Formats: sequence, C-alpha cells, structure tokens
Amino acid sequence: MGRLEQRFEEVRREGRMALICYLMAGVPSPRSFVEMAAACLEGGADVLEVGVPFSDPVADGPVIQAAGVRALEQGVTPPQVLELVREVRKLTDKPLVLMGYYNPIFRMGEERFVENCLRAGADGLIVPDLPLHESASLRGTCSRQGLDLVQLSTPLTPEDRNRELVRATSGFLYLVTRTGVTGKETALGQELKRMVSRARSVDPAVPLAAGFGISRPEQVRAVGEAGADAAVVGSALVALTLNGCSPDRLREEVRRLAAACVPGR
Amino acid sequence: MKSRFGEYGGQYVPEVLVPALQELERAYEEARKDPAFQEELGRYNRHYGGRETPLYLARRLTERCGGARIYLKREDLCHGGAHKFNNVMGQALLARRMGKERIIAETGAGQHGTATAMAAAVLGLKAEIYMGRKDMARQRMNVFRMRLMGAEVHEVTNGSMLLKDAINEALRDWAGSVEHTHYLLGTVAGPHPYPSMVRDFQSVIGQEIRRQLQEAEGRTPDLLVACVGGGSNAIGTFHPFLEDESVRLLGAEAAGEGLHTEHHSASLTKGEVGVLQGCKSYLLQDEHGMIKEAHSLAPGLDYPGVGPEHSLLKDLGRAKYVGVTDAEALEAFVTLSRVEGIIPALESAHAVCAGMREASRMRKDEIVVITVSGRGDKDLETVFDMGVV
Repeated sequence: MGRLEQRFEEVRREGRMALICYLMAGVPSPRSFVEMAAACLEGGADVLEVGVPFSDPVADGPVIQAAGVRALEQGVTPPQVLELVREVRKLTDKPLVLMGYYNPIFRMGEERFVENCLRAGADGLIVPDLPLHESASLRGTCSRQGLDLVQLSTPLTPEDRNRELVRATSGFLYLVTRTGVTGKETALGQELKRMVSRARSVDPAVPLAAGFGISRPEQVRAVGEAGADAAVVGSALVALTLNGCSPDRLREEVRRLAAACVPGR
Repeated sequence: MKSRFGEYGGQYVPEVLVPALQELERAYEEARKDPAFQEELGRYNRHYGGRETPLYLARRLTERCGGARIYLKREDLCHGGAHKFNNVMGQALLARRMGKERIIAETGAGQHGTATAMAAAVLGLKAEIYMGRKDMARQRMNVFRMRLMGAEVHEVTNGSMLLKDAINEALRDWAGSVEHTHYLLGTVAGPHPYPSMVRDFQSVIGQEIRRQLQEAEGRTPDLLVACVGGGSNAIGTFHPFLEDESVRLLGAEAAGEGLHTEHHSASLTKGEVGVLQGCKSYLLQDEHGMIKEAHSLAPGLDYPGVGPEHSLLKDLGRAKYVGVTDAEALEAFVTLSRVEGIIPALESAHAVCAGMREASRMRKDEIVVITVSGRGDKDLETVFDMGVV
C-alpha cells in the first residue's frame, strides 16, 4: 500500500479530514525550505505538496508565481528540488507529493523523472498542465514504477470526463473548487458538495482533496462539511514563507488549519 | 480534426480549459462547413478588411537583387495594417456564434491586439488585451489604437514582460472566465484547435497568391518566403502550396544579435523539442526545461516557441528556416522603404531580407513571393531612435 492510500485510511479512521499543505521548493531559500516543510509537518499537515518552480506557471496566481520566481532566481532546478525532497523525507513518513509543470518532466525524460522522484522518497505527482488525454504515457510510467499520478477535476468538467478522471487518478482526486488560477478566493458549499457526490458515485473509495483558493480555517471546515477527504492550502502558506515568517509562525498557522479538519472543533 | 502534426501540437492545458477547447473545436467544425458563416467572413474580408490584398511585382527590388523576379504579397495593406486581421475576423465571428460576449487576446507588437480591438468594435463585443510592459513601451501607437477602439489593455509585468508572458496572463484569465469569454489566440501555436484553426483562417494569403500569380505569370512560384515568430503568416502563405513539390518554402526567424549569441528568437533553428503554452514544438529552453527569454528587434517575433506545424515541416525538410539578425532586418527595412516606397513592419523585414538573399542567387526566370505581413508605421519610433534616418 502506498503512503498516500495509507494516510487517507488512517485519517478516515480518526474521523477527520486530511490537511494537505503546499510549499514551493527552495522558498524562502533552499536551506530554510526544509525547516518550513518540517514546521508544516509538525503543525499537522498530513501530506506535503512540494512545488517545482517553472518559468511559465500558467495555472498559478500571483503568490505562487512570485514564489517560483524567487526559487528560480536562487538557481533551484528540478534535480535540486528532488534533493530537497530527499532531505524532507529524512524527517517524516508522511506522503510527499510533487506538483510541477510538464516541460521539465519531459525534458528530464518521463522514466528518469519518475525514477528520481521515487528515489528521493516522493509518493505522488501532480502535473497541472497535463490533462487526462495527454497523460497516457506518464500514467503508464508512474503506475509501472509505483508513483501516484493525481488527476484534477473541475466544476466545468463534464460527467463522462469526470468519470474517466475518477477512474484514472491515483493516490487521490484533486477537486479544483473553482475555475481560475491558484490563490484566489473560492466559493465553497453547494458546488463542492455536487463535485464530491458525483465523484463518490463513480468510486466511493477514491480520496477527494479540494483545493484552489482555500486559505482560512473556516474554509477548511466548509470543505469538511462538503464531505471531502482533504483540504489543500497553498498560496496562503506560500505567502507567509515569501514574507519572511518564522518556522514557528508557520507551524502555528498550520495548527489552526489542522484543527479545522476535525469535526466539531 | 487532428490534434497533432506528427509528434507536435496536442493540448497541454489545465483540465479546467479542456471543455472550452472541445467546445471551440466543435463550433469551428460546424462553422467551417456552414456556407452562411463562410459568406459572412468573406463579406467582412472584402468590404471591411480590404481583401484581396495585392500581389505586387517589385521591379526595382528585383533589379537590385539581380536574380529572380520578386513579388510582394501586400498583407500590410490589410485593414489594421497586418495579416492579423484574417484570423481575428474569423475567430471573432466564431465567438459571437458561440454566444461569447467577451474576447481576450495577447499581443506582442500590438498588431494582433489592434486587429482584435477592431473586430470587437465592429461586432459589438468587449475586448481585453494582455500586453507585456516592454512591448507597451516600444509599441505605444498600437496601445493607443487599441484603447481608441474601445479595448481595455492590461499591462503584463511578469517574467520577461513580452509576448510569452502576455499569453500566460491571457490563459490565466481564461481559466477563470471561460464560460463567457473566448480566448482569441493570435498565432498558430497554443493548444489544439488553435494551430489548425488559425492556419485555416490565414490560408487566405496563400490561396490568393496562387490565384494572383496564376493570372500574372500563369504558374506557381519557385519560392515562398515569410517571417516566423509564432508562424501564422508563414503557415498561411505556405499551407496552400504544401503539395506543390516544386514550390520551395522558406521561413525567416529572428536571429536577433546573432545565432551564436543568447539573444535571438530562432526556436526552429536553435531550439529543442518541449511543451509550452499548450503545445509540443521546438522551444528555446535550458537543460532543465525552463523557457528562455527570446530576443528580437521585432516585437512580433520574440517568442521562444513556434507553431507545431512548422516543427513538423522542418523535420520533414518541406520548409527551410533561416535566421535574420536585427541588423540585417533593419537594412531590409530601409531598402524596401527606399527602393519601393513600402515601409514594412520590422517582423516582415526579416522575410524581405531572406527573400532578397535567395532571389539574388536564383535565375532571372524564377519567381519569389515574399509575404509582407504588416506595415512598419508602428516601428518608426524604434527605427528613428536607432539613428537610421
């Protein structure tokens, strides 16, 4: 059983929702990144998503773009991101998921990239600019080597395509809570409930993580109330790391978010 | 519709855009076969756009080169001052047909943005244009033209602040507005169906060349030359002749400060295969797959990618692509102005340079057609600042 599957099972048994935290690799600096990652994990993150900086992040809003620029300016390359993941892996048994655009993966070669991810201790991969119908080859490589390739479903995704996405995803299904890029305010509630129930009707076992625009504990709670298995918080945490916050401050913030994952708290 | 040209092309976009691209493909397929749509487009092309544009035998330029007869395809005389009109009018009519009231577009030189602003004005649509800060500074007149025609122009301050970054911003806008907005992409790059659809709309250039040259000379040309940034005027020129093996095809890329330097936009000549902004094609990128900044004196050419069909034509050897430096393009800009009284866009000057070079090596009974994709009024400030006149 993969770390992601295992973690989602544990969290379900504990009767709460999982918290997935996103940080950009190498931000604020390669060295401090590992401390920030540790702070997230100590604060209660169940899964850490690590952004791979890319020169042209079309799915990201201003905060994650700025973080990518900061990382690239410091010379953070995909091999270095994998090095950082290896460092974080030494600190934790929790699942680590890489989120990065396709060109750097294509450039390194799908086989080699996936192999390097696994060697570094990563468990999953999200590629925001590789939609289902372009991902057959990478899906094959990932499933052969044992890395979860996470698919994304959106409010605009038609029924039949959503069905294919639920069946094709591995690790969990990422529910994009609204249209647009990362980091903007999101409207939760009915729409998310609809997305959760239509995914469940295809396969109730696939864990569902809602993300894009979730930044505050009350939004995390709303995700839980909509019935999702996990909430993803990205831009809000990345903004803290960009603004020079201490690991303690970040740990506190993650604690507040993690508390909102427990019903009734 | 095929979504690939050999291994190139495809649809590498966030999942949220997939339904819109599928809707666009369906709508375009229907419109293409609908005589009423084609007739309306034809009417706008003729009475509003000024098509067909002349195919002009440039006698003095021919004399000067001392070789093949040089014809100029005068896309600079198209309404708005560039070939951009051909694609924009088609897509704007399609947007209206799809019930989308808002159109967004990227622009580099400002020609595509200007054409989009025109089409939006004439069809009563709302237009918002993304343009890099650097391009806004060097193409002020086009910014003014767009605003005058009622378009909103958004300054893009991300990344290199050029065309590529304007496309990123337009894609981000679209991801959040896709239900009521059409993204009017200006070139033959981007995700499927853009490379095919934009090519079809631009193919009017090559179709007219074939007909006009048949009338003038009773035959097909020996060589077609066009400049290549994203590659829309080039593919529009080449495509109707792909099956004519006797017609050689030559694309002029921007070699900037030289192909041996880091400062150029020669994706086909110097790039490697990768995925950017929705399609697989040749790209300027580093060893880790990060996209490099492109450079050219011509703002419409400094794109680090290129349309996927050009990548296939290069691999097949069907078309050849050469680099033309900033300095060479500037010289051609001045030459065409002085010898023929035609001020070409700096982009088009790249094609003029490559065409003159080839023509001078060809026999006098051979024929070269150079597509002058746009007029140079927008570049006067840049050129004056360089102390040319």
